[in-house]
Amino acid sequence: MILLLLFIPLIAAAAVWLVGNKLASRIALIGSVFQLILTFVVYLQYKNNEVFYFFQEWIATPKISFHLAADGLSIAMLLLTNFLVPLIILSGFNREINNARSYFALILGMQFALVGVFLAMDGLLYYIFWELALIPVYFIALIWGGADRVKVTLKFFIYTLAGSLFMLLGFIALYWYNPGQSFDIRELYRLSEVVSPEVQSWLFWAFFIAFAIKIPIVPFHTWQADTYQQAPTQATMLLSGIMLKMATYSLMRWLLPILPEGVAQWGPFALGLCVFGIVYASIIAIMQKDLKRLFAYSSVAHVGLISAGIFTLTTVGLQGSVVQMLAHGVNVVGLFLCADIILNRTKTNDIASLGGIRSVAPKFNTLFLIVVLASIALPLTNGFIGEFMLLFGIYTYNIWAAVFAGLTIILGAVYMLRMFQNTMLGETKASTKVFEDLKWNEWAVLGIIAVVIFVMGLYPKIILDLTAPSIDAILNQAIIK
Amino acid sequence: MTLIDNSSFIVAALAILVFPIIGFTINGLLAKSIKEPTSGWIATLSVGFSFLAAVYLFFGLPADSYFTVDLFQWIAFGETTISFGLMVDALTVTMLLVITGIGMLIHMYSISYMHGDEGFTRFFTYLNMFVFFMLVLVMGSNYLIMFIGWEGVGLCSYLLIGFWFKKSAYNDAAKKAFVMNRVGDLGYLLAIFLMLFYFGTLDYSGVMVAAQEYTAINGNTIVTAVAILLFVGAMGKSAQLPLSTWLPDAMAGPTPVSALIHAATMVTAGIYMVVRSNVIYALAPVAMDLVLVAGVLTCVYGAVIGLMQNDIKKVLAYSTVSQLGLMFAALGLGAFSSGMFHVVTHAFFKALLFLGAGSVIHALSNEQDMRFMGGLSKSLKTTYTTVLIGSLAIAGIFPFAGFFSKDEILAFAFEENLAVWIILSASAVLTAFYMFRLIYLTFSGEYRGDEETKKKIHESPALMTIPLWVLAGFSIVIGFIGMPEGLGFTHAFKNYLAAVTNPGTEILNLDPHAHSVALELILIGLAMGLAVAAILYARKKYVTDKQLPHKEGEKLPAFQHAVYNKFYLDELYDNTIVKPIRFFSDKAFVWFDKNVLDIMVSGSAQLTKAGGNSLRLLQNGNTGFYLFLMVSGTILLFIIRLLVK
Repeated sequence: MILLLLFIPLIAAAAVWLVGNKLASRIALIGSVFQLILTFVVYLQYKNNEVFYFFQEWIATPKISFHLAADGLSIAMLLLTNFLVPLIILSGFNREINNARSYFALILGMQFALVGVFLAMDGLLYYIFWELALIPVYFIALIWGGADRVKVTLKFFIYTLAGSLFMLLGFIALYWYNPGQSFDIRELYRLSEVVSPEVQSWLFWAFFIAFAIKIPIVPFHTWQADTYQQAPTQATMLLSGIMLKMATYSLMRWLLPILPEGVAQWGPFALGLCVFGIVYASIIAIMQKDLKRLFAYSSVAHVGLISAGIFTLTTVGLQGSVVQMLAHGVNVVGLFLCADIILNRTKTNDIASLGGIRSVAPKFNTLFLIVVLASIALPLTNGFIGEFMLLFGIYTYNIWAAVFAGLTIILGAVYMLRMFQNTMLGETKASTKVFEDLKWNEWAVLGIIAVVIFVMGLYPKIILDLTAPSIDAILNQAIIK
Repeated sequence: MTLIDNSSFIVAALAILVFPIIGFTINGLLAKSIKEPTSGWIATLSVGFSFLAAVYLFFGLPADSYFTVDLFQWIAFGETTISFGLMVDALTVTMLLVITGIGMLIHMYSISYMHGDEGFTRFFTYLNMFVFFMLVLVMGSNYLIMFIGWEGVGLCSYLLIGFWFKKSAYNDAAKKAFVMNRVGDLGYLLAIFLMLFYFGTLDYSGVMVAAQEYTAINGNTIVTAVAILLFVGAMGKSAQLPLSTWLPDAMAGPTPVSALIHAATMVTAGIYMVVRSNVIYALAPVAMDLVLVAGVLTCVYGAVIGLMQNDIKKVLAYSTVSQLGLMFAALGLGAFSSGMFHVVTHAFFKALLFLGAGSVIHALSNEQDMRFMGGLSKSLKTTYTTVLIGSLAIAGIFPFAGFFSKDEILAFAFEENLAVWIILSASAVLTAFYMFRLIYLTFSGEYRGDEETKKKIHESPALMTIPLWVLAGFSIVIGFIGMPEGLGFTHAFKNYLAAVTNPGTEILNLDPHAHSVALELILIGLAMGLAVAAILYARKKYVTDKQLPHKEGEKLPAFQHAVYNKFYLDELYDNTIVKPIRFFSDKAFVWFDKNVLDIMVSGSAQLTKAGGNSLRLLQNGNTGFYLFLMVSGTILLFIIRLLVK
């Protein structure tokens, strides 16, 4: 079952590539929906206490095994990934895409790598999937991106790759210290007492930099706005919706439990960095002139909060960050679709030349507003649950950090409502006089997102119950007694 | 307080919530096919049914009892669970009657007022949504459910202030209201965190017990912090200084919105919240003092600015700010039920005044400036009579509603704090003056507008005048539910709320040594006399001497200039907060991003490049391709391994 979950996207990618450009998008959608259904089955079976596990010796020296497992946390991430990919594919319908078969095959290839990251329980296997995830999105951005794509994607690629190399060194060092000489997560979890605090202190940075660049945490964020702006919409959605969650997930799965001493030393610093980043990015977002750049900075603020919650090492902080990972994933895909819809109709994402769209596209207006409200954490939306729990987690850690991080609820309202006012409200302008309301596929994607926003906001227990045991286990490992 | 388990109460409570959702859903989904006035009636009826259910609860539920409805667990982590539950007691029922009763009348009025607007149905979907969230706010069983309503009504307020979304000034006002409320909401959230952390629960009943136990052992620092932070939330929602400047701007919304949201219901949420938390406040004298000071200052600030406003709705807006201040002052003194009493009476006469103003604006083809009104008493007889009743009520003239509630607060202040009494009395005098300034400028003398408009002046249709009459009727009689105890009467309203407010009152242990009947009469006489004098002065100034407010651009004495410009509060915020943030956003941080952080990144890239140049001859592909090969290779290895085995 677990192998099926991993390889279906890869098979689907091959199928898409073989059927050719005409049918590519439809086959991709079918494949990804099938994967989603399978994920639901896994979720239900997991709730019935079924264990998802696969182990196979792979390479003897150095000892690398093909070890996959899915606990509640992994399943939550799989639900996010496999829910978003069909939506991302569907959002690419009704758009002219050259060489569609490669485009959609790469998206599915990306999904394969992402699923691998969330299932891998062997350090090196995990690292392979982690790097593998970079390749499809790099090509998508490079080939189908905007005018500046070559320069921007190269920077993005080198920057994140360089970060990841630190992680590779980190894993090699762990292997070195491991008396059992393996990368298996169960053995790595036992290392915390073997590796001295001084070494853990260094190793913390090896992993942290890799994750901090990918998330990104300020000041490692400078690749992001350019990339989000230049990459085609589907790539931006993959990056912001799912890929950066690889890194926040990895903080929980790999960093906290393996290096508790390192986290104890540097965690407060990291948390401070995250909290600073929330306010810094929020303030920059206020005056952004381009929709996608504005969403990019808003995303930096949101993931800053998510990461800060993780470093509180509290149940509520980690639980909140999982909820917010899912919420942010869903909402940010919605936001970038809205930006794409506007770009598709008006040929611009420049906020100053937009306005008045509400009068001509009421359906779009309503759904866009719902996504905006979710991203400014209005109660009863998914964004509120996450932000509430995260801020409470930070509060239990340090009240002043919570006050500072809490500014996000004010600043978020400022930049989001300003954006919404300047693009959607007011009188129509030359660029928005003629504006086709939602096409069926856009309507479907935004509609589904809206439903999920309210379901998660009203009944977050689905996720909280699913992930509670895994998070307890992680914290049990991560907190030094 | 006794807990009652009664399934018909539960059904009624759920019905109250569900009806507005039904109206919202029908109008929202069928927006295209439903034409006016049908959607208006659907919305009105849905609130009407909620009102009937609220009346049922009022008569069914004994004043000293409450019931709860636990729907499901909402948020649960670790040991903490926050349930999605409702709680209804006398305080809730009071608010329910006000919200649904006045709400229904305003819905009805809107059917006519919004006639012909292209967003007619949209207006009613928002209005129903507002009523729903307002009901959630008062029916929740814990502080987080209240917060749902709290932010929900904020959203509806945002949508309705900016209802005419093509005008950018209106959108600015809407955004300002939302953002300033968010400042308050941060305070509210932090209060929730403190309660969750120290008391382990957010349920009202649990918090009240835990707060007392915790304070008994550890002193009242935490409780004080909770009370102050909650009040920061109230400052935002109820437009108290320094978070008051959004409310006058909110007048950009259609007038029924001003009546419902920005006068009768939403803005009183802060008072409801403090009364709901009376135990917490009673345990925190410092917070009480803060509430008192903010209330008193806001009361006089609003009244003073009201003197110089020329827009009829702005006068009423500042009046609302001022009256809300009066209510908070009452709470700050510990007179919880008096504050609530004024919420109730104010809801009637202020809704009446706004709807009356709406009727005037409607008659004058959207003119709002009183300098272009005058002499309307003949052509708008109903409007004139009902607005006059409303003005007498707010001015505190016997036997109109405001007399009772205002007098009660003043009498309480006289006992507790003489300085407060003096300032509040002075504000009451100003209130009487600016209200009659409004009456005389609008309805007396000669008409000062243009001929074009004059021809179209007409009294509003029955759908608008019926709510005016009903509200006017209540503005006359509703005060009698709270007759002065000082004169030996029974105070029905106070007794009704006693079970809710007693826990706090008992902790405060204020024993207003009931002053003599003679003193009570003197106080009443003094207040009435001053109000009448203020009215007469307004009459002399605007009727006898026919004075008019200054024209735009005319030079004013310094103090008046400052008042006319609302003490430059908006400018102050603009220069100290908005502009610096914009500077950081647009200039400083962006520069830092580009020229410091990014240079560091590309700098290291340059360094690598220099080194790489020498090695470059060895390789010529791109990195991505190499990585791709590497990973495909490893996968291939794995698959071969699997197959071979």
